[in-house]
Amino acid sequence: MNNLFILAGLTDPGIGLIFWTSIVFLLLVGILGKYAWKPILGAIKTREEGIEKALASAESALNDMRELKSNNEKILAEARNERDALIKEAREAKDAIINEAKTKAQKDADRIMASAREQIVNEKNAAVTELKNQVATLSIEIAEKILRSELSSDEKQKALVNNLMKDVNLN
Amino acid sequence: MASKISTHKRFTSICFVIFALFFSLSFNLKASEPVEPSTNEAVLSQGHATSHTEEDPNKPVDIASIAFEHILDSHSWHLFGDHEHAVSMPLPVILKTDNGIVTFMSSAFHHDTHGTHVAEINGQRFVNFKETIYLASDFPNEHGQYLNIQKDEKGEETITNVAPLDFSITKNATQLLLSALVLILLFTSVAKAYKKTGVTTAPKGKQSFLEPLIVFVRDDLAKGNIGAKGEKFTPYLLTVFFIILINNVLGLIPISANLTGNIAFTLVLSVFTLLLTVFNGNKNYWGHIFTPHAPKALWIILIPIEIIGVFTKPFALMIRLFANISAGHIIIISLVGLIFMFKSLLISPIAVGFALFIDVLEVLVAVLQAYIFTLLTALFIGSAVADHNEDGQHDSADEKLAGEHH
Repeated sequence: MNNLFILAGLTDPGIGLIFWTSIVFLLLVGILGKYAWKPILGAIKTREEGIEKALASAESALNDMRELKSNNEKILAEARNERDALIKEAREAKDAIINEAKTKAQKDADRIMASAREQIVNEKNAAVTELKNQVATLSIEIAEKILRSELSSDEKQKALVNNLMKDVNLN
Repeated sequence: MASKISTHKRFTSICFVIFALFFSLSFNLKASEPVEPSTNEAVLSQGHATSHTEEDPNKPVDIASIAFEHILDSHSWHLFGDHEHAVSMPLPVILKTDNGIVTFMSSAFHHDTHGTHVAEINGQRFVNFKETIYLASDFPNEHGQYLNIQKDEKGEETITNVAPLDFSITKNATQLLLSALVLILLFTSVAKAYKKTGVTTAPKGKQSFLEPLIVFVRDDLAKGNIGAKGEKFTPYLLTVFFIILINNVLGLIPISANLTGNIAFTLVLSVFTLLLTVFNGNKNYWGHIFTPHAPKALWIILIPIEIIGVFTKPFALMIRLFANISAGHIIIISLVGLIFMFKSLLISPIAVGFALFIDVLEVLVAVLQAYIFTLLTALFIGSAVADHNEDGQHDSADEKLAGEHH
């Protein structure tokens, strides 16, 4: 009976505590709601949003970087191709120039040779002509001198005529 | 790893067996108690406080009374000592009598809870009997109590004195006020920390301890059970969670009050849960109650059941918290009481060992019950505000859960 009496007290809600609990709890909900939960939950939410945003921007930055990298590679490949093309072109140009120069030099050389040969021929002809002329003059002079000496006396003139006459006879 | 688990299991089972033995033993002792002539005496006539101390040393200690005294509310905050040597903190007594409101300090009763000391305030006379305050009778009865006790033919005693409405700041009310103050100071300082350090720095100190709890209540309890509308109820649920948690934990300290194990406190909290459920209930919620998805012939049974269900849910909430916390305290006091029952120091290592074990378990229960109360409150609000689509998802989730349990 003793215990039953106390048990009744245990399960019997006291009006005083109901009253104070209601007041204190409602006040607590109000005060904590305004001065604690609102700023705390707000701050946590702001931070979560910030983290989300940071993550998203990091992701996009990574994507940008990846894009940039692939772009760079593309540009590099293009540059390499261009360089190869340039080198090839340059080599071709070089070959062409060398070939052209070679042909031109050959041609010049040929022309120079031809003109030299021509000149040599001309010079030779001129020399031959002059030689002929000088030989002719010398021959005439010699012939004159010989004639003079041959015709310096009467006997000699007679001998010449005889000689000549002999030739004529032969003819 | 496997051997570790098996030893652990063995240890727990041994503990359980010893525990069960102890309990059967203590119940046997209690059952034999009323045979003793000294305890067979009526409760209400427990005589003077002075005679109490001069008790027969062979008389068994009434552990049950001590246990209930410890978990019940009190008009003064008892710190240590017994009866007239007790040291306690006086608390304000506020009474609503026919002549208006009377206030005085509980020290006016001089630690008396047997109705033997009259406190005379403004011409009105009061006595404190078992922490209920009555208007005192003009003359004391044969036990020196200023009470008029009548016995009916069955031997049950009733007090015929008028008990004024008691709005005292009792021990529980004081702890409630203190814990509310602690919560306000704690969480406003945490809120300030967010304001001061901004949201980009990592939380520090109590902020970093409390933030996971706050986020847990918000995400798992509020949003998990109420859905998108959970944000609106998060502050309420946080308040419920932390007021229960702090008082559960404070209740474990020996001289503190047993607020969450008091039915008045749990009653108020569950009434608020009921009100929130009823006033936030949407068309869908009331539809489930008044037009159940069943043949119309069954409605005559189902509708009353559904209506009763609206009240039984918060009622169970009230009983669960109150009973869990009170039971834990009773077990601890009973275990310590074993030493006094056996009147032997040899029992103390076992009693203390088990009391320690239960105390550690109580720490878990303190957190668990705060969680369960908040979870169920969120669940009830969730069922009241759920849309039809969400409700469908809920049903499937419940089924999945049920399947897992099988």
